[in-house]
Amino acid sequence: MKVGIAGAGGIGSNVAAFLARGGVRRFTLVDGDRVEESNLNRQFYFRDQIGRLKVEALAENLRRIAPDAEIEPVALRLDAAAMATCFDGCDVVVEGFDGRIEKKMLLEALAPRRVAVVSASGVAGSALDSITVRRLGTCTVIGDFCTDAGRARCYAPKVALVAAMMAHVVLEKGGYYDNPIDP
Amino acid sequence: MRVTINGKSEQVPAGTIEQLVRQRGLKPEALVVEHNQRIVRQAQWAQVRLQEGDILELLRFVGGG
Repeated sequence: MKVGIAGAGGIGSNVAAFLARGGVRRFTLVDGDRVEESNLNRQFYFRDQIGRLKVEALAENLRRIAPDAEIEPVALRLDAAAMATCFDGCDVVVEGFDGRIEKKMLLEALAPRRVAVVSASGVAGSALDSITVRRLGTCTVIGDFCTDAGRARCYAPKVALVAAMMAHVVLEKGGYYDNPIDP
Repeated sequence: MRVTINGKSEQVPAGTIEQLVRQRGLKPEALVVEHNQRIVRQAQWAQVRLQEGDILELLRFVGGG
C-alpha cells in the first residue's frame, strides 16, 4: 500500500512513524515547511534537524525505522489543483494540515477521485476524553471536533493519540494486522 | 420534508444543499458536506436538491495538525 502524507507536522509526522512501524513501506510526503524548535514538543523530528525541510528530515527518520522504505519527499505547499494530482498512485492519504480551510480543500479535492482520506479535526489542547471518529464518504475524521489550534496549544499526548488512531485506520484498511486469535 | 442530519431526523424546507447551509447559518469555508454517503464539493452545493429521506453529515473542521 502507498500512503500519501499531506502535511508533515504533528499529525503527518507521527502517523507516518506509526505506519512505518506497522509495515507500510511506500510513502509520498508533501510539505513545504522546515523543522523549527517549537515543533519538537510533539512532532517526529530531532533537535539536530532544525532548519531542514520537514519532508527530508521525515524521510530520514522513517528510514531509520524501515531502511527498505520507498519514500518520495515533495517540498511543496499544496494548493487545490496540486492536492488533486499530487497523490496519484496513493491508496490512502493522511491529512495533517494545520489550517481548517486546507483540510476541507483536501477532502473535496480527493473525494471525487474515490481516494480514501484519513483526517484530523480537533487535536489542540490537553483533554483526551472527547476524541471521536466520524466517517464521511471515503473519509475518516478523528479528533475532538471543537478545539481549534488558534485557541489552545498542541501537546504531544493528544496529537500522538489522534495520530495513532489515524494510523490504525490506515493499517486496518491495508490489511497490516494479523488475523486476531479468537478471544 | 424529513431528512437525517448528523444522525438526527429533522424537518427542513425543500431546497438545495447551499440553501440548507445558509438557513442553518453555517459558515461554509471549513464545512464539508456528505450527502447520501458521498462528499459534495462546495462548488456543487447549489446544484444538489434535497429529497425526502436524504442522509446528510455536516462536518465543520477546526484547525491544528
